[in-house]
Amino acid sequence: MTGEEAGEELESFAAEVGADGPVAVVGGRTQWDIGGHCPEETRLVRSPAGVRGFDPADMTIRVGAGTTVEELDAALAEAGQRANLPVLAGATVGGVLAVGRDDLHALGRGRLRDALLEAVYVADDGRLVTAGGPTVKNVSGFDLCRLLVGSLGTLGLLGEVILRTWPRPAAQQWLAGPCDPTELRRSLYWPSSILWDGQMTWVHLEGHESDVESEAELARSLGCEPTGGPPPLPAHRVPTGALEAEGFPGSFLVQIGTGVAYVSDPCPDSDPDATVAALHQRLKAAFDPRGRLNPGRDPLAAG
Amino acid sequence: MKFRKADPLMRDLRRVLPPDRVRIAPLERSIMGRDASIFEGGQAGPVCFPINTAEVQGCVDAARHHGRAVVPRGAGTGLAGGAVPLEEPVVVVTTKMNRLLSVDADRRVAWVQPGMINLDLSRALAPHGLHFAPDPSSQQVCSLGGNVGTNAGGPHCLALGVTSAHVLAAEVVLMSGEAVVLGDPDGWAPGLDLRGAYVGSEGMLGITTSIAVRLTPNPPAVQTLLLAFDSVDAAAQTVSAVIADGIVPAAIEMMDKNIIWAVENFVGAGFPTDAAAVVIVEVDGLPGGVAAEADRVAELAVERGGSVRRAADDHERALIWKGRKSAFGAIAQIKPNYYLHDTVVPRTRLAEVMNQVYEIVEEHDLQVMNVFHAGDGNLHPLLLYDRREPGIMDRVHAAGSAIIEASLAAGGVLSGEHGIGIEKRDYMPLMFSEADLDAQARLRRAFDPDEMANPGKVLPTGASCAEVNALDKIPEGVWG
Repeated sequence: MTGEEAGEELESFAAEVGADGPVAVVGGRTQWDIGGHCPEETRLVRSPAGVRGFDPADMTIRVGAGTTVEELDAALAEAGQRANLPVLAGATVGGVLAVGRDDLHALGRGRLRDALLEAVYVADDGRLVTAGGPTVKNVSGFDLCRLLVGSLGTLGLLGEVILRTWPRPAAQQWLAGPCDPTELRRSLYWPSSILWDGQMTWVHLEGHESDVESEAELARSLGCEPTGGPPPLPAHRVPTGALEAEGFPGSFLVQIGTGVAYVSDPCPDSDPDATVAALHQRLKAAFDPRGRLNPGRDPLAAG
Repeated sequence: MKFRKADPLMRDLRRVLPPDRVRIAPLERSIMGRDASIFEGGQAGPVCFPINTAEVQGCVDAARHHGRAVVPRGAGTGLAGGAVPLEEPVVVVTTKMNRLLSVDADRRVAWVQPGMINLDLSRALAPHGLHFAPDPSSQQVCSLGGNVGTNAGGPHCLALGVTSAHVLAAEVVLMSGEAVVLGDPDGWAPGLDLRGAYVGSEGMLGITTSIAVRLTPNPPAVQTLLLAFDSVDAAAQTVSAVIADGIVPAAIEMMDKNIIWAVENFVGAGFPTDAAAVVIVEVDGLPGGVAAEADRVAELAVERGGSVRRAADDHERALIWKGRKSAFGAIAQIKPNYYLHDTVVPRTRLAEVMNQVYEIVEEHDLQVMNVFHAGDGNLHPLLLYDRREPGIMDRVHAAGSAIIEASLAAGGVLSGEHGIGIEKRDYMPLMFSEADLDAQARLRRAFDPDEMANPGKVLPTGASCAEVNALDKIPEGVWG
């Protein structure tokens, strides 16, 4: 696809979003229920899809936000690269960015929010807006990209994005055992994931073959054994601070070093700080004063 | 304007701070009228030195009550004029809030006050085997609050990312006077990423009063290679080839002929003075990957006609970095003044844009040296001049504009790590449309509806600042 054609697609996407009436982007519906529901009268639109530009030597890729993460991953895999996005079956790039949830490897690979270099989105008034820039390093103006990741499309509707990519490691290995996650983290240099359910610890290693081997040896000396993969995730996602509440019931899985825990029973919602809540309201009022973008959704309620 | 101790604003500020920490002496205000950029002529109002969050809130309350703007200021080492005060605002200097509040080595998080010096933090963390990854070249003098304000970078941000990726949370005093924690020291706070929106906001959303920084383990193995080339093209192509090969080293820095000569004369780092360019590549991590990547980098360099020297020990490695980091002190041997630019281009366009930079500089009859973060395409052309030469500043600025335009035309951006401040405010429309800039202004107003924090920066207003003139030089040691 030429740059001109991609630009035309974005223009038609903006025209479809228009300047009036409640509207939401639908992707793969894999995380559709997170953070609330749009009312029935909400018009649903789809973002442009497809890879728009990929030069492996730049380690950046430009894709339509409607591209599936599987398609993105396949395109990058051909060049021995990957993006730091969770590869959820059927999910779109725009969807996983709007929801903003890291996958299980954020400890080693970094946060999803740092993967986004540039976003072209449709603002509440129907105009196309570019946030960020195409290069891997950029401090030109306010960092709107960070704000868009995890905003559930309530500030703007993603049309096209540029993502930073990384080399795919040569080797990887999951191990698990009844060891202390803190000791494991202290002993290993750069594990990509450590998960802990209160008794068992799972650890994922990746990198050069000999390094994965030597780190796995270290993990074995602490009581871990090779295993096929991570355990199933409990249904609800909460900040790790929620586990410290007295009499916390049910089972849990902590994603060490990320502030995220998964729990089987929903925790009672803790009220957000009043100033933080007020900033959310003011941002929504500034970016979407008529409340037409993804109505009914609230990033603070997303968990 | 002359300030008197009996002025109502002064009276209110002195209710918050003891007299020795609210200053109005002309000398003090004159020092605070500048930062490390080429802009002078800024006008500071009362200069406040709070020591805790409550005092910062008191300063903001007093300023708001009297309808005055507030300019937050760290160590004043910024290069884009971000801390230059316009129209006599209350200047809130955080240098006295310089303590390390806590370190949790197991959780890899430390709370620091904003006035703490970047390098002091990594030194304090050394016994834990940890460090703070962003290492701007001014790290001996720049403050962490300033690093947050500019989303600072540095040579070792190639693999690990700039400041934003290393800030877990920040306590901020908003212009309403409220203090709020954005983000969470554990790593995740539900809701919008207010932390991410705040980092890099150049003092226009609030004043940072403490920061939860992410700590990075020191790598078990490090290899530093000094690659020398007969042409800048071959050096730039090697940088692109390393990235294309799927290697993301900890740092890739490049220096061209003139700066190699100046540095070698200045510190004797053992750089080859007959080379057209040198590239410093540092790979770190676990020993297997480090050895494989260092070998591959050496191969790629040799294939492009380069020669390879590997640092044999920590001493040699330190000497190579000393050469890199002394570059700016070395320049005084050639010309008394310089103007350091900061743009980014896609890494695949590096050789092409560097050639354009040389052409632009020749057209304007200037001298240039290049010493920069090549791995992420972050150019730092240094334009050398003697300000006593009549008409020279016009040529310096014309060449600077042409470099910015060439970088943007190659698909690049205005700034990689210095920020926009005053310096590039009026260039913003070259990179962003009206709708793009409007979106940035919306973010600003959501945090600061009265535009009271550091007004006149980043976002073009159409009004020019006639009293702020570019001239002079950047003090040594404070560069990106």
